[in-house]
Amino acid sequence: MFGWEFPPHIAGGLGTACYGLTKGLAKHDVEILFVMPSASGDEDQSAVKIVNASDVPFTQSWSDMESFLNRVDFLKVSSNLVPYIDPQLYSEYAGSAMTRSEYEQFKVKYGCKYRFSGKYGVNLMEEVANYAMVAATIARENTFDVIHAHDWLTYAAGIAAKRVSGKPLVIHVHATEFDRSGENVNSQVYNIERMGMLEADKVITVSNLTRNIVINKYGIDPKKVVTVHNAVDFNEFKQVDVHRGVRDKIITFLGRITFQKGPEYFIEAAAKVLKKVSDVRFVMAGSGDLMNRSIRRVAQLGIADRFHFTGFLRGNDVKRMFAYSDVYVMPSVSEPFGISPLEAMKSNVPTIISKQSGVAEVLKYAIKVDFWDIDAMADAMYGLLTYPALSQMSIRCGVEEVNALKWENAALKIKDVYTAAINGN
Amino acid sequence: MEKSLCFYFQVHQPDRLRLYRFFDIGNDSNYFDDFANRTILNRVAQRCYLPMNAILLELVKKYKGKFKVAFSISGVALEQFEKYNPAVLDSFRKLADTGCVEFLAETYSHSLASLKSEKEFETQVKLHAKAVKKYLGVTPTAFRNTELIYSDTIGEKVASMGYNVMLTEGAKHILGWKSPNYIYTNAINPRLKLLLKNFNLSDDIAFRFSDRSNPNWPLTSEKYADWLSKSEGNGDIINLFMDYETFGEHQSQSTGIFEFMKALPEAVLSRTNLKFRTPSEAAGLHQPVAPLHVPFAISWADEERDTSAWLGNELQNEAFNKLYAQQERVIKSKDEALIADFRKLQESDHFYYMCTKFFSDGAVHKYFNPYDTPYEAFINYMNVLSDFIVRVDRLSDKGKKAAVKESGKEPAAARSRKSSTKKTTAKK
Repeated sequence: MFGWEFPPHIAGGLGTACYGLTKGLAKHDVEILFVMPSASGDEDQSAVKIVNASDVPFTQSWSDMESFLNRVDFLKVSSNLVPYIDPQLYSEYAGSAMTRSEYEQFKVKYGCKYRFSGKYGVNLMEEVANYAMVAATIARENTFDVIHAHDWLTYAAGIAAKRVSGKPLVIHVHATEFDRSGENVNSQVYNIERMGMLEADKVITVSNLTRNIVINKYGIDPKKVVTVHNAVDFNEFKQVDVHRGVRDKIITFLGRITFQKGPEYFIEAAAKVLKKVSDVRFVMAGSGDLMNRSIRRVAQLGIADRFHFTGFLRGNDVKRMFAYSDVYVMPSVSEPFGISPLEAMKSNVPTIISKQSGVAEVLKYAIKVDFWDIDAMADAMYGLLTYPALSQMSIRCGVEEVNALKWENAALKIKDVYTAAINGN
Repeated sequence: MEKSLCFYFQVHQPDRLRLYRFFDIGNDSNYFDDFANRTILNRVAQRCYLPMNAILLELVKKYKGKFKVAFSISGVALEQFEKYNPAVLDSFRKLADTGCVEFLAETYSHSLASLKSEKEFETQVKLHAKAVKKYLGVTPTAFRNTELIYSDTIGEKVASMGYNVMLTEGAKHILGWKSPNYIYTNAINPRLKLLLKNFNLSDDIAFRFSDRSNPNWPLTSEKYADWLSKSEGNGDIINLFMDYETFGEHQSQSTGIFEFMKALPEAVLSRTNLKFRTPSEAAGLHQPVAPLHVPFAISWADEERDTSAWLGNELQNEAFNKLYAQQERVIKSKDEALIADFRKLQESDHFYYMCTKFFSDGAVHKYFNPYDTPYEAFINYMNVLSDFIVRVDRLSDKGKKAAVKESGKEPAAARSRKSSTKKTTAKK
């Protein structure tokens, strides 16, 4: 499996998903060789370092840790690939004038664990290709039955491994270029994505929404595209106690402040709600390229005393933020899945999600609105604030629904996909 | 009659805010970065205030009344001196005692109140006069507004408060063909005389002194005195207004700025017919030539010489308006700590940090700004302001309850999440 970050340094949804999936698969007796990019800097970059699984630090207690570890081996590949990066950003950050501190900031921004060694090329595509070469080497040296690659940066690696070994390739689409960039897609990225999907024996998508994109926009045969919804693992989930400094109710947006996440709709809806209700505050937690524009808009609307920005939150602060919230809103314009509403629901926070998110397919009771429909969004916010019955029900059903989403079940479906791929149907 | 040369130095240090996070709102009402404020104040005291005050004192004594200057020290700066470095206060006091140094009136917290609230403006001017009397033993008679902000109506207000001299910028777009080297009057109340900054000659010292790309570098006292003597023909007075931190801080000691000032009185007195005078003195001697119409506020900042450095974008306007929306309730609360914070949050510097005019005067802005971006400045300020408003709300709730003499306890202001959930259940 060509995956991403692993505990304890989990940052984005991709890392969480890889982790949960691996654990789920291990329970179904699937043995996994986990390959992930990691640039720790001083390692010999030509070599592939094999990390003994028992050296990988685990912080949580997993009841059946031994059997899990027996089934998962880890390979760390020296590479400065990070999740959620696009070629433009990469060249911006890897560009000639890049200093370590700038990269550190970037790291914080994207919450990834890898350190930049400064030894690599400035071109992301080159890096992807390097990674694929390493993947081929790994494929030659190890035995396995099926190859599983997560998101476009590892597709090339998956293809290389397939060519070398002749084993079937399953690619897992967590997001497409259309989700990240709207209609202004980067054609290089699109081509790699499409190539991966064409070469793959099976394509797993995290939602039907994404499945449709894969079929319609990439022209992939519907027969080989399977939806396996993500799940959540809340074994280590702990509610944090916070001391709330304000009496007002708090409505939260938490995520990268980028086009994909639809921050502007949240702001407009907030302005509408504030016209009606005075004892409510809005929080936009996160950072991103639309942050400054959002701040200006908030100032223009004259609601800055009720609309707060926290900047990028990490670790415990995210939990604190959920604990602070009375309503959570995810107004994503395009969200392949979207794990954060589940975390919110688990934290007893009533949740509003956009219909354009994959998670809307598995949540029956969450309030769903079109991302562009700021009136409906404002209505929903107002309703959850003012009618206790509604928020109570939303909390209760939310927790039940979230608890029903188990990686074990998702992993079983994925195992079926593997079997189908191996048998050639 | 001999023409006047009028030096006025601005002394101000803001109360910089600490990094105030969203989670602090309602929980922590310490807004200020005491460490940074103390460190910066002590640094500037060592580099500028103490050595420069010593030089000025020496010059005043040496020329026995022929060398005069004026200062305006903001109230918050006086407060910081008392708190962190009382030696600076002593050295200013010594200057005041010579009688050759005038101290001007301004707003206590270096605020923009003149643009928003007459009442608050008046209160702050009075507070400042009281502080100057307390710390320096003199009562100011001439007025200068924050950043030399001036308009017809502000001038009228200042005149109504009993001041008959006010200092402002010799802004080109106001003066047109007129010279800043005369005394003008307020357009509404002709009794208020206006001294206008000669920005060319002022900036030669304040901004261009150490600029090696300037063809006139290095600037010597003799050369500068010759320039002054060239200007003296057309006008009555030359007003050189600048930040006091020019000496030793903006222009470091190594540029020779101290030597320049030490030699300047001699050069001026020997090469020109100018006499050093304080603003009040000069205004009493020279006749005003015309009223000056300033319908919109001007200032000494940036290329535009208007108020856009503080109130030029939506971030600044939003923060400014939200702050002053609290004024009435804050004053009514009579809560000293609250009012003190209200005044400190009015310091113009907070709004300056949110300025997005990078192109015309970006370098100057950057020098004075502790934040990386105006957006960060805005977020931080609004977080602080939100907490401040929470406090105002609590106090005014209390006030109302006291008014109706309701018995029982004030509900716990901050509730934990659990109890607030319970409350909703109970309502249901």
